[in-house]
Amino acid sequence: MAKEIHKDRVLEIDDIRVNFDTPDGTVEAVRGVSMHVQRGETVAVVGESGSGKSQIMMSAMGLLASNGHATGSVRYRGDEILNLPVKKLNKIRGAKISMIFQEPMTSLDPLYTIQDQLCEPLMVHGGMSRSKARARVLELLKLVQIPDPERRMKSYPYEMSGGQRQRVMIAMALANDPDLLIADEPTTALDVTIQADILHLLAELQARLGMSILFITHDLGIVEAFADRVYVMRKGQLEEEGATEQIFHNPATDYTRMLLDAEPSGEKYAPDADAEVMLSGKDVVVTFGAPGGFLRKDTQFTAVKGIDVALHQEQTIGIVGESGSGKSTLGRALLQLLPSDGRVVYLGQEISGLDRSHMKPYRDGLQMVFQDPYGSLSPRMTVSEIITEGLLVHEPGLSQRERADRAAQALEDVGLEASMRNRFPHEFSGGQRQRIAIARAVVLRPKVIVLDEPTSALDRSVQKQVIELLRRLQKEHSLSYLFISHDLAVVRALSDYVMVMREGEVVEQGLTEQVFDNPTQEYTRDLMRAAFDLREILREKLA
Amino acid sequence: MLSYALRRLLSAIPTLFIIVTASFFMMRLAPGGPFDQERTLEATVMANLNATFGLDKPLWQQYGIYLSNLFQGDMGPSFIYRDKRVHEILAEGLPISVQLGATALILALVLGALLGSIAALRQNTKTDFAVIAVATFGITVPNFVVAPVLSLVFAVILSWLPAQGWGQWNQMILPVIALALPQIAVVTRLIRGSMIEALRSDHVRTARAYGLPTHMVVGKHALRAAILPAISYLGPAAAALLTGSIVVEQVFNLPGIGRYFVIGALNRDYTLVMGTVVIVAVFVVVFNLIVDLLYAVLDPRVRYD
Repeated sequence: MAKEIHKDRVLEIDDIRVNFDTPDGTVEAVRGVSMHVQRGETVAVVGESGSGKSQIMMSAMGLLASNGHATGSVRYRGDEILNLPVKKLNKIRGAKISMIFQEPMTSLDPLYTIQDQLCEPLMVHGGMSRSKARARVLELLKLVQIPDPERRMKSYPYEMSGGQRQRVMIAMALANDPDLLIADEPTTALDVTIQADILHLLAELQARLGMSILFITHDLGIVEAFADRVYVMRKGQLEEEGATEQIFHNPATDYTRMLLDAEPSGEKYAPDADAEVMLSGKDVVVTFGAPGGFLRKDTQFTAVKGIDVALHQEQTIGIVGESGSGKSTLGRALLQLLPSDGRVVYLGQEISGLDRSHMKPYRDGLQMVFQDPYGSLSPRMTVSEIITEGLLVHEPGLSQRERADRAAQALEDVGLEASMRNRFPHEFSGGQRQRIAIARAVVLRPKVIVLDEPTSALDRSVQKQVIELLRRLQKEHSLSYLFISHDLAVVRALSDYVMVMREGEVVEQGLTEQVFDNPTQEYTRDLMRAAFDLREILREKLA
Repeated sequence: MLSYALRRLLSAIPTLFIIVTASFFMMRLAPGGPFDQERTLEATVMANLNATFGLDKPLWQQYGIYLSNLFQGDMGPSFIYRDKRVHEILAEGLPISVQLGATALILALVLGALLGSIAALRQNTKTDFAVIAVATFGITVPNFVVAPVLSLVFAVILSWLPAQGWGQWNQMILPVIALALPQIAVVTRLIRGSMIEALRSDHVRTARAYGLPTHMVVGKHALRAAILPAISYLGPAAAALLTGSIVVEQVFNLPGIGRYFVIGALNRDYTLVMGTVVIVAVFVVVFNLIVDLLYAVLDPRVRYD
């Protein structure tokens, strides 16, 4: 095959294949994908988790795990870089092509200052002296709009917020004026308002510096607002490619159409006004840390500052807010999983301040589902053991047969087959695991379930199914939900009442429609815009 | 951090007090006494001896006297080395044991970090397996086997190094190796494990992605994180080295404090045993404090205020 020379292509990938050797045999993560990035272009690679979109870039940059191999061709300005020896590759990565990663919390070395880490690529690639590199670092931090950059240079990563760390990563990526910036889910771990800021920053820097951006993401909202061209990936293969407009308005494949339709939809009607109050909290306050004392600093911090809440039967209250707003803490405090002040009443009975043993009779009625379906199920227990564990505690009179029947019923309730009960959690996908976690809660026939970001770790298409499931279970079992999430689209689809939290306080609350369509507070408005009008924000700011 | 160090030192006082009290009374529960010999002494001689050393007083009074002496830096008279006070005996041997132990500790840390890193970088290769095999060997073979074998091979058969004594630098080599070997093995295993984890961490991936040369990626970014578990192990290691020196000092005939552990305990030399207990306890407490402070220096996220 004659190699065409495309002068204006910064990156060309031809028929790349990535395999991983595992104890269970070879896993084909990427199966023959070709793509390219033009000079100054923004290209997005979209796909659900496991589609292989990140692995392509990892192999191009020589960052594959030790059990992975890549074949095919990756060319930077016409020169082959795939499987290049480390020393040669090091002339390109960090200098010509740089990368930003998903996890701003862990991508920077926690043990060195920002300045130390930003100086390194400058000194290694640019051959700068330390003092020259320092001057450039200051320049870069100003460029990415870090407030008080002189002082921030000497900070450690842990002293900065996620958004600031991601700005530092961007500064590092821009240090040597690269031709191509690969951004692997750079805003996924950030709050929506910060996501908008970071995307805006990237767009602005691109316009100013003229580099190409290759953006890897699962979030179609970002793609639509940000990219010129899109590659859609599925199961290690290219599903479709095209200009952003075309993909969004005229998708060629069913899969792309399904991805586009996977945005959460539907709405929840409020229960009757005279519905029974299931769980209520009055003036709930949660304080962490210890007061000062002899040779000891005051570390007290109030995470929830006196919140009132009343959850009616079959109601879903959505609690939204950015990270650190205290929304999860409130949920846990209401279930008496954290020591708190204030009065919490469950079915007319005050439960605030009860100790473990006095709380026990109420626990089966008050259940919880957590965000991380990987961490919240014991890897050493079978699904049936996980689901029936609560029954052993709360209904010790049941025979083994009855427990098995209840478990089978619960599995069926959440859309899994009873025959799966003897398997272990690792044999299930993220969405299935979240179903197991929900089954574990519903098997006890609870009245109230606190759902703490139950859909945040899932792909949109799987999210949609879990939302449907939660809706159906609510109807069938007259459940009341406290739905905690930072994802406004999901909250809108699922709840009839919304509380917006910020720094431990409720900023605004009311019926879902009212809060979403006519927010009265500045903060709520910002939140809504960042979540739903990303394109508008980027366009406005760039204009 | 200063106020933290101060608080920790203050909290060491009750800890030491409890250790002293417990070991004082526990030792007296053991049958026998310092003047029991195969041939029983005459009752009057025994009574005289007991009176001289204050053993005729009620136990709680003896305890009070011991505490007040200890507070003034006097560890009391030894019952076997009758012309010496216990703190004098220990003061002679302690510098030797400390020098021996400290050298072994540094050797263990440096060699362990090196071997562990090499094994981690070559994970699941022959090099890795060889390092693991040697480390396992080092942990399982006790130093009362290693020390005589070293002495036999390098001193007796090959005559490369002296078999015993203290004072010249080459007399230190064999005892330090014998003492350090198990610690090298433990540190190697610790570093290997944490290094493998560090090499997989996101920030090391970042360092690679930015084209830093391998020696910087490993030596600067991975090693600093990987060394932290080994640092926490230094506390227990220091205690192990101090007690481990009992055998090594015996084999190489070194005038350290190790032998007094054994001699004191076998002869019911109450004050000598108490003296060694106090020394070891102080060492462990102080070393743990140093380790915690060192941790804060290496890891800026650790703050004690």
